[in-house]
Amino acid sequence: MLRECWNFRGFIAASVKRDFVSRYLGTQLGWFWAIAQPLALILVYTLVFAEIMRPSLPGHDSRFAYSIYLCAGILLWQLFSDLLNRSVGVFVQNAGLLKKVNLPKLALPVIVALSGLVNFAVVSALFVAFLLIVGSFPWPSILAMLPVVILVVALAMGLGVLLGTVNVFYRDVEQSTAIVLQFWFWLTPIVYPARALPGAFAEVLQWNPFWPIVTFAQAVLLDNRLPPWASLAYPALVAVALLLLGFVAFRRLSAEIVDEL
Amino acid sequence: MGYLRVRELGKAYKRYAHKWGRLSEWLGSGTRHELNWVLCDINFDIAPGTAVGIVGANGAGKSTLLKLLAGTIRPTHGTFETGGRVAALLELGIGFHPEFTGRQNVQMAGHILGIPAARLGALMEEIEAFAEIGDYVDQPVRTYSSGMQVRLAFSVATAVRPDILIIDEALSVGDAYFQHKSFDRIRRFRDQGTTLLFVSHNPGAVKTLCDRALLLDQGLLVRDGSPDAILDYYNAMIAAQRVGYEIRQTETTTGRKITRSGTGDAAIEHIDLLVEEQSARSVRSGDSAKLRITIAVRAPVRELTVGVLIRDRMGNDVFGTNTFHLGQSRSHLPAGERTCIEFSFPSLALGAGSYSVAAALHEGDTHTVANFDWWDRALVFQVVRGNRPLSIGACALEVSSSWQACTVQASPPGSAVTGGRREEEFDVSRRDQ
Repeated sequence: MLRECWNFRGFIAASVKRDFVSRYLGTQLGWFWAIAQPLALILVYTLVFAEIMRPSLPGHDSRFAYSIYLCAGILLWQLFSDLLNRSVGVFVQNAGLLKKVNLPKLALPVIVALSGLVNFAVVSALFVAFLLIVGSFPWPSILAMLPVVILVVALAMGLGVLLGTVNVFYRDVEQSTAIVLQFWFWLTPIVYPARALPGAFAEVLQWNPFWPIVTFAQAVLLDNRLPPWASLAYPALVAVALLLLGFVAFRRLSAEIVDEL
Repeated sequence: MGYLRVRELGKAYKRYAHKWGRLSEWLGSGTRHELNWVLCDINFDIAPGTAVGIVGANGAGKSTLLKLLAGTIRPTHGTFETGGRVAALLELGIGFHPEFTGRQNVQMAGHILGIPAARLGALMEEIEAFAEIGDYVDQPVRTYSSGMQVRLAFSVATAVRPDILIIDEALSVGDAYFQHKSFDRIRRFRDQGTTLLFVSHNPGAVKTLCDRALLLDQGLLVRDGSPDAILDYYNAMIAAQRVGYEIRQTETTTGRKITRSGTGDAAIEHIDLLVEEQSARSVRSGDSAKLRITIAVRAPVRELTVGVLIRDRMGNDVFGTNTFHLGQSRSHLPAGERTCIEFSFPSLALGAGSYSVAAALHEGDTHTVANFDWWDRALVFQVVRGNRPLSIGACALEVSSSWQACTVQASPPGSAVTGGRREEEFDVSRRDQ
């Protein structure tokens, strides 16, 4: 199945490129829109919350501390939710293509992952520029973000392929994913600091696999400090399990996917 | 290359009694579905370079068969083997994205079809030219008419000769001009060894393009043979959807299949071609001739229409009419009556060649109402040129020519395009001969 995808690499590369071009270059302001959305999000949160939250980020006197904290979480979350949202609908939305052309279906989630990463790269470049300008570029611990990004992609794609396959047969999945993601976002310490939560509550939320990922990234980017890698063991385990489960579900049901589209 | 081997191929869709049935199956509760077989136990072999038409009513499984062979759906049972690269035009397209331009879509399709980017770049001009969509190539595909979409899709799918070409209905959307052009390309491919699988509801297209036809009915392969024999049988089958009906297909000494069907309430006993009141099997182009049909009524018939249909060697309809349209239908014939009818042609203006006559007895204006007897290829006769000037084609029109002094002015510049196109069309039809 993976070799088939490799044979279609030309198609995959062209699709990713087309995705990128249509997202940004089809509009009059082009690149501006690539940046505008995450920028607006960060601005809103910074302006609204910065004053309230600054006291609960002790030891950070920088005016930009909260912005960096927020960006660390939001960029990873955006990558995750973008990949998940798009891969849940990937087979259904490409029904026209799947019904007419014989192509390896797994190429479609691969396209989603790659084009999501391209968007992430654009926004991250912006963020890195910001870090350099305000003079708090966390070198060299920022290199630890690479495995973190891979982990986020694995988590999103494992869950995405699993839900995307089920979504072909039960379209309710796509609807509920959007809602679940809303809750999930607020149950992760992205906007608020983890220690703002009452103890018992925080303990339960530790089971959220995105929690350790976000706190790891925040430590790296805000404190220029490398937390123990072991803290990522739990999300990594979940990611591997979801990837396996997604792959098994896809393999068992792939023959029926086009029948149901 | 280009061969196709199909063994016990079958496709079933799962049908669940309850909408949560599938979920409980996943959770291990045992089978909760029944299989709805839409295609069952299909076996055939196709030699490279054969054009095969697939015929059948709606829901017979034609499109399902093509989708299986194109690889977009998986068989539930059985196997098939294809030799070489397959190009398919299913459900009128090859997965164009409506928001992107024709050119971008062609590039994507090229990737999917496995045409290297460099090669596609070189082919682009030819693809555009063949599709004849002009400046639209840089417009989003959503602004295209369905004909333009199909033209572009066909043009890409056939830009590089595939070993197997699968076409589902697509060509019926194009206009007659494009059909000629695409048939021409398909024929050229076929001569180079491309195998064609073709679904169409246009019997003419199947007859002119195919060497062989498969008839599907309710998911089963019921007939496999020459296109005209299969289409005759299919035609009889359409009328057969009533009680007391029989289809007989017999083979003549020369190996041609003859289809005869009907309730038998009235039957054709004999059919004859008369030239100067003498039975004949050869007639000179433009001479007068008669078709005489002897009929035996076996059960009381409320209304009787007698029809004749002359077809050319390929099985294409050349001329047909019946007594309903001639105002000569008869009513209330008692059982046991024998009667005779003659169709007189004062000048049988057919071109030289071999023709067959199908005769039919039915009620009303077509044989689908109540068909008593339909006899395909009931009679075969030859038309020879005689002393008429040489012409080609199925009809020998009265024609003369004379030179005139030219008084007409040159045509205005705006008409040049249409003129060019007509010429090309004529060119194409000439190649068809």
